[in-house]
Amino acid sequence: MTEPLGKRIPAAPEPTVETVEYWQAADAHKLMIGRCHGCGEAYFYPRSRCPRCLSADTGLEQAEGSGTVYSYSIMRRAKIPYAIAYVTLAEGPTMMTNIVDCAIDHISIGMPVSLVFVESDGGSPVPVFKPAGEFAG
Amino acid sequence: MSIRNQACIAGIYEHPTRNAADISLAALHGDVIAGALADAGLDKGDVDGFFCDSDAPGLGALSMLDYLGMRVRHVEASESGGATYLSQVAHAAEAIAAGKMKVAVISMAGRPRADAAAGGVAPRPFPPSTPDLQFELPYGAELVNEYALAAMRHMYEYGTTAEQLAWVKVAASHHAQHNPLAMLPKVVTVEDVLGSPMIADPLHRMDCCIVSDGGGAIVVVSPDVAASLKQPVVKVLGHGEAVKHQNGGQIDLTFSAAAYSGADAFAEAGVTPSDIDYASIYDSFTITVITQLEDLGFCAKGDGGRFVADGGLISGVGRLPVNTDGGGLCNNHPGYRGGMTKIIEAVRQLRGQAAPQVQVKNCRLALAQAMGGSLGTRHAAATLILERH
Ligand SMILES: [Zn+2]
Repeated sequence: MTEPLGKRIPAAPEPTVETVEYWQAADAHKLMIGRCHGCGEAYFYPRSRCPRCLSADTGLEQAEGSGTVYSYSIMRRAKIPYAIAYVTLAEGPTMMTNIVDCAIDHISIGMPVSLVFVESDGGSPVPVFKPAGEFAG
Repeated sequence: MSIRNQACIAGIYEHPTRNAADISLAALHGDVIAGALADAGLDKGDVDGFFCDSDAPGLGALSMLDYLGMRVRHVEASESGGATYLSQVAHAAEAIAAGKMKVAVISMAGRPRADAAAGGVAPRPFPPSTPDLQFELPYGAELVNEYALAAMRHMYEYGTTAEQLAWVKVAASHHAQHNPLAMLPKVVTVEDVLGSPMIADPLHRMDCCIVSDGGGAIVVVSPDVAASLKQPVVKVLGHGEAVKHQNGGQIDLTFSAAAYSGADAFAEAGVTPSDIDYASIYDSFTITVITQLEDLGFCAKGDGGRFVADGGLISGVGRLPVNTDGGGLCNNHPGYRGGMTKIIEAVRQLRGQAAPQVQVKNCRLALAQAMGGSLGTRHAAATLILERH
């Protein structure tokens, strides 16, 4: 069970006109979250209107790239087992992602993680997370 | 205005097939509609309302009404996944109360097994314009590992165990042995569930519902029509429906939209969970049942694992008889949608027409609960409370 998670190649994201900017930032290895200039809410996934107050006065803001695991699951039915997770970012919102560079049984809820990008299957790289702090290595 | 006592369920029909390789989707709808009308003792010409979901063939209700040669005054093709039909029973009751119709038929059918055998694609091919999926599909998010995220968090917060999850499946199998149509009629143990292959931690294969073809239909009528029909009358007492989602990233996977839909349904019905004699609880996965039982108030939040353990859901044995047809875990799960069969078994219990070994004695009040979508991301929930007349 201490086997490392395999190198799974994520499917290519399919941006819409609303999310081109998010994925262009990902090309530069930046993780962006939504920020409402009306009510101040930080949110994920990014969208043109604030999901709290419906203001269109919104923009993208770079996340610092640290967070903690809110929940996770190892997909064993796949050829290469992989870890799906929700990571709560330092800025507040929780996002779906993968945990990488980690032995399967070392993942735990509450574990600190830091941002890395992995190449997708022909699209923009996608933001994933690896163990951080004392959990790293 | 309330729908309490404004409408009755007068006809039900569950398609006997579990593999519809030689039955088209439209024909499945035709079969279940004809079956439910016959059960009610009504004719096609009596029907003046039609309800279906977005999986109905062609243009949905338009194509189906053409296929059936039917003319109605009230049409609804709505979509909240497997919860659709519970909401449609209530919407039909609302339209009946408003005088818009007297006899509604609600139809669902699906043939994912036949489609897969014919080279069909994975379920639910959402269009790329779907705003959320580009942030989820690259990570390999599927229904099973999304529900697993909720299960894992439930275990972390409340100490729920894999053994407790397994008890949901064990209870379903105890019921399924008495259902000659059940796909998985063999009684299983907690050890069997824990010994089945891990699919997505902490969910084993036996924590997951089956995939089947088939469908079902329900006839909802006004009380005056119901009074003249042959089947025992089942009254619609209360309903609630709600959607829960990621909320912009403020995510809490420990509860479902059943917390909202259940509260509304109990308030409308004027009853409490302890009044319920039988419950159909959507069982896409074992965690789905535990979460909804808590959210509906059958036990405190976090106590769901203990509530279902040691046969807690087995009819005649446990605290609350749940899914006495074997449910989606053992009987059938047509079209990846569990709600229709949930209503049908609740009506059977209220009529006294469940399998004798699982029939709840003097069953007066039943609850049906369904969920559509994913507990781990976004889902609809709907609750119906029904009463024997
Ligand atoms: Zn705002």
